[in-house]
Amino acid sequence: MSAFEFLMQGLGTAADPMMLLYALIGVTLGTAVGVLPGIGPALTVALLLPVTYRLDPAGSLIMFAGIYYGGMYGGSTTSILLNTPGESASIITALEGNKMARKGRGGPALATAAIGSFIAGLIATLLLAFLAPSIVKLALVFGPREYFALMVLAFVTVSAAFGDSALRGLTSLFLGLALACVGIDQLTGQARLSFGVPELLDGIEVTTMAVAMFAVGEALFIAGQRVQVEDEVTAVKGSIWMNRRDWARSWKPWLRGTFIGFPIGAMPAGGAEIGTFLSYATEKKLTKHPEEFGNGAIEGVAGPEAANNASAAGTLVPLLTLGLPTSATAAIMLAGFQQFGLQPGPLLFATNPTLVWGLIASLLIANAMLLVLNLPLIGLWVKLLTVPKPWLYAGILLFATLGTIGANPSAFELGMLLAFGVLGYVMRLFGYPIAPIVVGLILGPMAEQQLRRALSISQGDWTTLVQSPIAAVLLGIAALALIVPLILRARGKGEVLSQLAGEED
Amino acid sequence: MSVNRHEPPRRRDTAALIIAAGLVVIGGVMLWDSARLADLGGYSGVGPASVPRVVGFALMGLAAWTAIEALRGDFPQRAPQNAPPVLWIVAGLAAQLMLLHVAGFSIATGILFAFTARAFGKRNLAMTIPIGIVFAFVVWAIFSQLLMLHLPAGPLEHLIFPRG
Repeated sequence: MSAFEFLMQGLGTAADPMMLLYALIGVTLGTAVGVLPGIGPALTVALLLPVTYRLDPAGSLIMFAGIYYGGMYGGSTTSILLNTPGESASIITALEGNKMARKGRGGPALATAAIGSFIAGLIATLLLAFLAPSIVKLALVFGPREYFALMVLAFVTVSAAFGDSALRGLTSLFLGLALACVGIDQLTGQARLSFGVPELLDGIEVTTMAVAMFAVGEALFIAGQRVQVEDEVTAVKGSIWMNRRDWARSWKPWLRGTFIGFPIGAMPAGGAEIGTFLSYATEKKLTKHPEEFGNGAIEGVAGPEAANNASAAGTLVPLLTLGLPTSATAAIMLAGFQQFGLQPGPLLFATNPTLVWGLIASLLIANAMLLVLNLPLIGLWVKLLTVPKPWLYAGILLFATLGTIGANPSAFELGMLLAFGVLGYVMRLFGYPIAPIVVGLILGPMAEQQLRRALSISQGDWTTLVQSPIAAVLLGIAALALIVPLILRARGKGEVLSQLAGEED
Repeated sequence: MSVNRHEPPRRRDTAALIIAAGLVVIGGVMLWDSARLADLGGYSGVGPASVPRVVGFALMGLAAWTAIEALRGDFPQRAPQNAPPVLWIVAGLAAQLMLLHVAGFSIATGILFAFTARAFGKRNLAMTIPIGIVFAFVVWAIFSQLLMLHLPAGPLEHLIFPRG
């Protein structure tokens, strides 16, 4: 069957009323967390994992993907009206978007963001659907060594390539890898680093650690800040509709943003924000109104917003076809698949096509739902911004602990939540990135297994790792991604890299 | 978090040196633990102890790097922190942990709720603890009764839902 037929079949699955309900819950929650500063899609999916243990796998995954897409939409609202990005992929939107809102053009800014997100989501999801089968075919020739090389590349790009310090990125990554060693060894059954504590034999729960890092660590960090920023919401004045000129100036940035964001999201380079920076730079260079940049140019909202939604879809390409997460949210979604005993990758397309294609098709539906949720109902979301901080964070911690208690109601698990929360706080305080430790914990065991398999096949010959051309090229890129930024930083050109810092989403 | 990078660097960052020491300890524990594993490398020559050993050495190396940056004052400066709010949240989480099985989900989580609200400026615990308990109870009822999640019940939950 061709991708088109599979997609049609998927639409049939996704049009089931229950699936539509899951998608609707997902996009609504996603928009809400995108709007609220301080919580992002990665945290929300992590919180929901324990709650969905007993629900339908397909429905839960559709909901998670809806949250991811919704987070990308909702983030723009906060950026434009509050000048505080709701999540890291919307930082750029705040540059021009908030200026537009202050000039009374908040409506068109929100509209171009929402419509741009819709168009980007639509094109990128179709690209995902039509690219996935060929990548799956390619992935079928991947053996353990190619997977190992791919994971090494993901480790390097997530930890060391971007951000302001390779040292802190790598430290975060290796802490994650160290935590990943805890528990029973998958191949020999020996207990590692469990110190006779039975609770540690199962390893460290990914959800506990992710919730602790993102929710508890963030709450502690915000609470500890001496200078509390008072946020001011800019009211939406005038028409929310775009006029003819706005349309004329928006459609090209939407398309350019889509084609910049999609490949960036699909590369193992950690997160959607890089695409938004590149899109902004492109629009600034190509615009016919350079004087408006910095004072509220609509292109500067349209391009980056399209790019971040296209990235979210792009991220799903390696996740679904290779089982390789390239952002924190994707990493948590991978944990979601594993919770249902599913391993994303080429095999899943063969063994469970209904689920995979249902998921891809439901993204198209979710995208349409989001357009409706975000344009006419924008006023509702703006109200969310007025929830006072004490109640907001008290509620976040309530749900954070609820998820952990629901998965495992033991004092030990809550103790780990507290300990990792404090670790997350200290890491934030000293400028350590959070994504590498989470990715290390999730990918660490997989990378170890692939490495040991590859070496078993070669009977202990390490050169096997570079004897396959694909693996050699991937490891080569990984080495470059580690070394080139080090040289750039040493020459004092690190500013650009630190601006491209991959944050938690 | 790198906002203050342009200020003159501090000499000898003690906090960063403590981090380096912590990394040495973690690396050391990993090496010590991997030393007592029977290394059943088999065909591959890579057994259960190999990866922990590599990670342990890497952490030692990163500790050395951290120490060098700390001595040169290369770490970004930290924004000054208010300790009390942070401690309130930690205390709330600790209280929830200890009370969970004695007092049940609602009371334990209500206290966490109130302590967190206090950390963010709602100081009146006499008002926030009841609000927290009621809110946590509603959440408990929804998640344990409707979504069948196992959440520990205490006296309050048994009072209203006698069958648990």
